[in-house]
Amino acid sequence: MSAARSLAWRRFRRHPFALPSFVLLVVLALAALGAPLVEAAFGIDANKVDLLARFTTPSAEAWLGRDELGRDIFVRLLYGGQVSLLVGIVTALVACVIGTCIGLLAGYRGGWIDAALMRFTDSIIALPLLPLLIVMAALDLTKLGVPEAIAQSDRISLYHIIFIVALAGWTTSARLVRGTTLSLRERDFVAAARAQGASSARIMFVHILPNLISPILVATTLSAGKIILMESVLSFLGLGIQPPTSSWGNMLTNAQQLIHSAPELAVYPGLLIFVTVIAFNFVGDGLQEALDPKA
Amino acid sequence: MTRFFFDRLLQSLIVLAAMSFVIYWLIGLMPGDPIDLMISSDPRLTSEDAARLRALYGLDRPIVDRYLTWIGTALSGDLGFSRLYAKPVFQVLGPALANTALLMGTSFALALAIALPAGILAAVRQSTRLDYMINFAAFAGISLPSFWLALVLIAVFSVTLGILPAGGVPEIAGGGFWQGARYLILPVATVTLVTIGDYIRYMRAEMIQTLRHDYIRTARAKGASKSRVVFVHALRNAAIPVVTIVALDFGFLFSGALTVEIIFSYPGMGRLIFDAIMGNDFNLALVALLFATALTLTGNLLADLAYGWLDPRIDYR
Repeated sequence: MSAARSLAWRRFRRHPFALPSFVLLVVLALAALGAPLVEAAFGIDANKVDLLARFTTPSAEAWLGRDELGRDIFVRLLYGGQVSLLVGIVTALVACVIGTCIGLLAGYRGGWIDAALMRFTDSIIALPLLPLLIVMAALDLTKLGVPEAIAQSDRISLYHIIFIVALAGWTTSARLVRGTTLSLRERDFVAAARAQGASSARIMFVHILPNLISPILVATTLSAGKIILMESVLSFLGLGIQPPTSSWGNMLTNAQQLIHSAPELAVYPGLLIFVTVIAFNFVGDGLQEALDPKA
Repeated sequence: MTRFFFDRLLQSLIVLAAMSFVIYWLIGLMPGDPIDLMISSDPRLTSEDAARLRALYGLDRPIVDRYLTWIGTALSGDLGFSRLYAKPVFQVLGPALANTALLMGTSFALALAIALPAGILAAVRQSTRLDYMINFAAFAGISLPSFWLALVLIAVFSVTLGILPAGGVPEIAGGGFWQGARYLILPVATVTLVTIGDYIRYMRAEMIQTLRHDYIRTARAKGASKSRVVFVHALRNAAIPVVTIVALDFGFLFSGALTVEIIFSYPGMGRLIFDAIMGNDFNLALVALLFATALTLTGNLLADLAYGWLDPRIDYR
């Protein structure tokens, strides 16, 4: 096992961009988590509006300058990073749990269950997801029976977006998991478990699931990138994370109106989304090559 | 073949029917309510009036009842009115559908025209510097947020260089083909760039797989030139899975077009849906979402047919 692991590690390192991307993601995550420290150390408040300091150019106090409300762009980017990374990783995990259950069930049971679940998956992929996500993001939660107090709270936009993006994001892992399960269920160790009288649920979750770690890991990493993009689009359109909480997407909401007067405001949030997403994609690609060298 | 086609057509229709209910249900959960809108425009209405109106419009009935009534009316050809545009929904949808088809069709064709040769080139020169560069570009395309790319293109070509319009469509009709085309350049470029990456990667992966087959070695051994092997022997087989995957991305293409339409104020389906949702035009949003779903499902169906046409070995059962 450890020999296989070191082989996988060597293949991962051989990918030209995977390891640097991983390091970059760790650095970004640490920087984002350090946002309160930066605020405390330099006496900055990320949400403090200062209309006299609008569009200030970068200086020793505000390293990347200030935005249209005079807020410190650098610290807001760090807080936005917390949100984007949190949504990306948590949603990818939730989506992968859904996808794994569906893929495992389809691949192991086969027959009409497989046919039905996979046609369902294909139908979801075929839908125009973004407009549907927009509708779901714009829903009035109280009409779904969510108490007013919760529906109006600040954190709800975070959970809301995680929930709806996860609904759209599970298809990749379902297909990958199903494919691997199809070949795993024919293996001798599954026959042995069945001969010993193990239940289907036990075979799926105790015997097969541990062997699915590679495709699940790859699918989660690749989904995280897509999910960060989805969150940023929804937040950009004003339907995701609500201000004053910053996210890289909602920091760009006003950028279009300001594109003539302050085009520089559009640069950093978008660049960070791009860099983060490409890093997740490179790590996912590296993992795929490392763990599944046939592909 | 016919059997296969009708099987797939039936499946698409089932999905469409199911989605029509889901969308109807979701639209009913939107903030605001048509009776509230009436009340706000007429302060003399009492709560009894509101209840009477609710009963009159059937809003007090269970959702399944309301849905069945609505779908019956819709199927008889009456799609209702748009509140925002004060026109029958059908008249609003027509031009929007045409505009989106133009945007998506042009971008799709352009993306394939660039991505297929690039993917083939990367596969043929696997593990060279060129392959790495093409791969990096593909990853960059996949990772670009479409709305940000649109903003950057506007900042560069409209604000700084001032050579292309930042959005909209020509105001005066009959400005000629080039006048209209100028407004399409940035939106098409954005959609193309964000969709091209996936296509390149699919094409490259499939071509690499195909080139490993024995029949390719046989062809080479018989003295066929490398380009003949790639373009005559390998391309058709490699293209088959690419076509399906690319067509499955039709929904993604529509989503990409949506953000681009909003940013460039391009009067297509995506922007129509967004404006309808934001403007409480429930009926327009409902019908437009259904049309968008039907549009992407049709794209998928056509791709399945293309698949069968490209690969005569497929067993249609």
